[in-house]
Amino acid sequence: MNLDSKIPAGPLAEKWDRHKFSCKLVNPSNKRKYDVIIVGTGLAGASAAASLAELGYNVKTFCFQDSPRRAHSIAAQGGINAAKNYRNDGDSVYRLFYDTVKGGDYRAREANVHRLAQVSVNIIDQCVAQGVPFAREYGGLLDNRSFGGAQVSRTFYAKGQTGQQLLLGAYSALNRMVGEGKVQSYTRHEMLELVMVDGQARGIIARDMVTGEIQRHSAHAVVLATGGYGNVFYLSTYARGSNSTAIWRSHKKGAYFGNPCFTQIHPTCIPVSGDHQSKLTLMSESLRNDGRIWVPKQKGDTRKPADIPEDDRDYYLERRYPSFGNLVPRDIASRAAKDMCDKGYGVGKTGLAVYLDFSDAIRRMGEKTVESKYGNLFDMYKQITGDNPYQTPMMIYPAVHYTMGGLWVDYNLMTTIPGLYATGEANFSDHGANRLGASALMQGLADGYFVLPYTIGDYLADIERKPIANDSPEFMEAEKVVKERLSKLLSIKGNKTVHQFHRELGLIMWNHCGMGRNEVGLKEGIEKIRGLRDEFWKNLLVPGSDLELNQNLEKAGRVADFLELGELMMVDALHRNESCGGHFREEYQTPENEALRDDENFAYVAAWEYKGDGQPHQLHKENLVFENVKLTQRSYK
Amino acid sequence: MSGNMNLTLKVWRQKNVKESGRFETYTAKNISPDMSFLEMLDEVNEDLIKGGKDPIAFDHDCREGICGMCSMYINGRAHGPVKGVTACQLHMRSFVDGDTITIEPWRAAAFPVLRDLVVDRTSFERIQQAGGYVSVNTGSAPDANAIPVPKDNADEAFNSAACIGCGACVAACVNSSAMLFLSAKVSQYALLPQGRVEAKRRVANMLKAHDDAGFGACTNTEACEAECPKGISVTNIGRLNREFAAASISGE
Ligand SMILES: Cc1cc2nc3c(=O)[nH]c(=O)nc-3n(C[C@H](O)[C@H](O)[C@H](O)COP(=O)(O)OP(=O)(O)OC[C@H]3O[C@@H](n4cnc5c(N)ncnc54)[C@H](O)[C@@H]3O)c2cc1C
Ligand code: SF4
Ligand code: FES
Repeated sequence: MNLDSKIPAGPLAEKWDRHKFSCKLVNPSNKRKYDVIIVGTGLAGASAAASLAELGYNVKTFCFQDSPRRAHSIAAQGGINAAKNYRNDGDSVYRLFYDTVKGGDYRAREANVHRLAQVSVNIIDQCVAQGVPFAREYGGLLDNRSFGGAQVSRTFYAKGQTGQQLLLGAYSALNRMVGEGKVQSYTRHEMLELVMVDGQARGIIARDMVTGEIQRHSAHAVVLATGGYGNVFYLSTYARGSNSTAIWRSHKKGAYFGNPCFTQIHPTCIPVSGDHQSKLTLMSESLRNDGRIWVPKQKGDTRKPADIPEDDRDYYLERRYPSFGNLVPRDIASRAAKDMCDKGYGVGKTGLAVYLDFSDAIRRMGEKTVESKYGNLFDMYKQITGDNPYQTPMMIYPAVHYTMGGLWVDYNLMTTIPGLYATGEANFSDHGANRLGASALMQGLADGYFVLPYTIGDYLADIERKPIANDSPEFMEAEKVVKERLSKLLSIKGNKTVHQFHRELGLIMWNHCGMGRNEVGLKEGIEKIRGLRDEFWKNLLVPGSDLELNQNLEKAGRVADFLELGELMMVDALHRNESCGGHFREEYQTPENEALRDDENFAYVAAWEYKGDGQPHQLHKENLVFENVKLTQRSYK
Repeated sequence: MSGNMNLTLKVWRQKNVKESGRFETYTAKNISPDMSFLEMLDEVNEDLIKGGKDPIAFDHDCREGICGMCSMYINGRAHGPVKGVTACQLHMRSFVDGDTITIEPWRAAAFPVLRDLVVDRTSFERIQQAGGYVSVNTGSAPDANAIPVPKDNADEAFNSAACIGCGACVAACVNSSAMLFLSAKVSQYALLPQGRVEAKRRVANMLKAHDDAGFGACTNTEACEAECPKGISVTNIGRLNREFAAASISGE
């Protein structure tokens, strides 16, 4: 199949408006005859569900939590970008576009990124109108902060709980539509299979996670807004339930997977403390506005941080990147921290940590101001570590945080399966090889509020309006497959729990496909994953039955999918013989240890096609054409 | 494993919504003080599974105190002994070696137990669907800075909006009232110009949904505020009452 990105013709700044005009429209009275399934109720899913229902479509939403409001978007802390230029500091749609393409190390589609920057301004308007309580200044107008990779202040925020407030806004819009009967909300339901009829996405198979009932849901289009797959690493900043099942099952039905190896490792997380640990906690990037990162100049310096004088400290980001300092993009900050620790300058019990110090900020602005900006983050840090960051520097280390990869989509956000869309973190997205802070929330809401409502109509307008039967042979077959897989997982009755397998997988991924990758390690990693996968299907122990609330069974299905996806991530990392953004191949670096891109050979999106169990994936390339931005070695010096 | 605390757990076990439940006793061995409470339960569950028994079902997701999914009564207190934190943020350093810990689900008629510590909170959904929103369609919003909002109001609205919908307030209340939860939502909108337009309708509809869902009336015991992990204040309930009184007097 030929990859057609469907990027509209015309000058960059006019593409989206022209495209909107050329999209076919569905007559208002016909919209209610179309059913749309939206899997996922985070920012991307809830915003789409509310907007499509307002337009008149019949919407069903699905989420595995007990409420749409608990989607993982709720945990986003720092903020959301928008090119409002309220600060008059030189921001513009074009600058946000430019920063995002550059920040992504030139591996994103120009047209998508420009559209994202354009609609960013509408997002803030929409959220304020919904009653989202953003931070404000004394004059009553909206406040901003700065995030990494930008020299302007364009991040809107609500203390350290921006994701919560934005999601509650989208959730409120969704609730209004549920109340009006236009959305049916299925909570504690997990999508376990995509159903295709005549080569088009026509529904899903879902499991009621309380009763275990397997259900067939049909629709004219299916939207996957199921979030990222970083939990393949076991330890991450994701919620425990975040998973790849919906996108992976759809991938196996024909949706290509874009850039699976592009993973974001976030520089400021609370370091690992022991092997009991079930997740890692992020300390928002916004902390880098006022916190300064350093390590002792002397290896193995055991003095308390407060006793180490200025002259004996190495503020290595400020030293290496004087113009961006502590606000370099995430991939660079993470790698620098790893670099310092690998060289023996790390601090803390394990030596795998660096300091994030607020003493200057407290001296400059006073403890009260620091508290008003970051209070909840400081409290969270104290709760977890037992240390008080008002008195002693935080200790931080990088952790898995976001996946730039995901299902390949065209400009309309449609996957390679007609009628199947992917939005938010679930698609391969607009962030190239590295996402800038505060841009995921922007993208999720852009997709859901302002892009999908236009582009989905263009597809539906050509589809017959009669309801889709949910008892066709295709649905019955998909249901059977799901039931068989569940029975298989339960019937192995081996000796190892699903948590044990997940933990082992995570370790393999972190060691072989983490912050630094190389050919030998990746090849070894692939072998190890295959071995673990074989063992999984022979030695897994899942208690209970499928006709009850069974959290281990849920998890077993997810880990089974991670065990396949993990291998594809390594295959992708192995084929990309260059370093770019979060993908750092140790063989390809500049003399200053920065990522060394190969634009000649790798300026493309790798879109992988599933060819059957045990068969190698087939690579398709979407060449990236840069008409507006000049490709250069990224410099933040 | 990593630690040296040994604990006795008394845990509510209930197969499903229909069957009745009972307490079972377990031991949690080699627990580290750095573990979170849920990580301690993870360890106990691993042992149960390997011993051929059913693990303890409990709700959780973010494990950082923001999603509102975790929900358990620990030693007679919603989310356990430490003020201002959820069960997932509670750490074992708050307990000592040899302790006996009693763990139960939220108890309220409007929150039926689905299994072990997992309860059904869809009654909260119905309250929100009855009016917890501003009626603004996508695309119809004016510029975000068109309407200035005094910083104090915005901050106060934020404080109310910080509710995570966990249900601890209901579980802590002798009347199983959800008034703290409800009033936090009503307050957020009442404090913002965007929410004022529909204020009367909202408070009446949401209160009706609250009562219909089987939550009890508020008798001002303030147990809710004491147990709320997000510091939601009972002044919100006062504001709700004023809003309701105003709505009743003027009608619509
Ligand atoms: C700790 C943290 C802080 C962050 N801070 C920021 C920030 O400050 N700024 C920023 O821009 N970004 C931030 N991010 C990233 C951002 O939060 C996420 O990328 C974004 O919220 C993802 O939104 P989403 O709607 O795509 O998916 P999610 O919010 O992850 O939602 C996924 C949805 O899919 C559902 N689902 C998944 N699988 C299934 C299935 N099989 N069946 C049924 N339902 C399913 C879930 O129930 C859920 O409703 C942060 C991320 C983390 C982890
Ligand atoms: S008011 Fe507090 S206790 Fe009640 S649901 Fe909200 S956060 Fe939980
Ligand atoms: S698990 Fe999310 S608040 Fe406890």
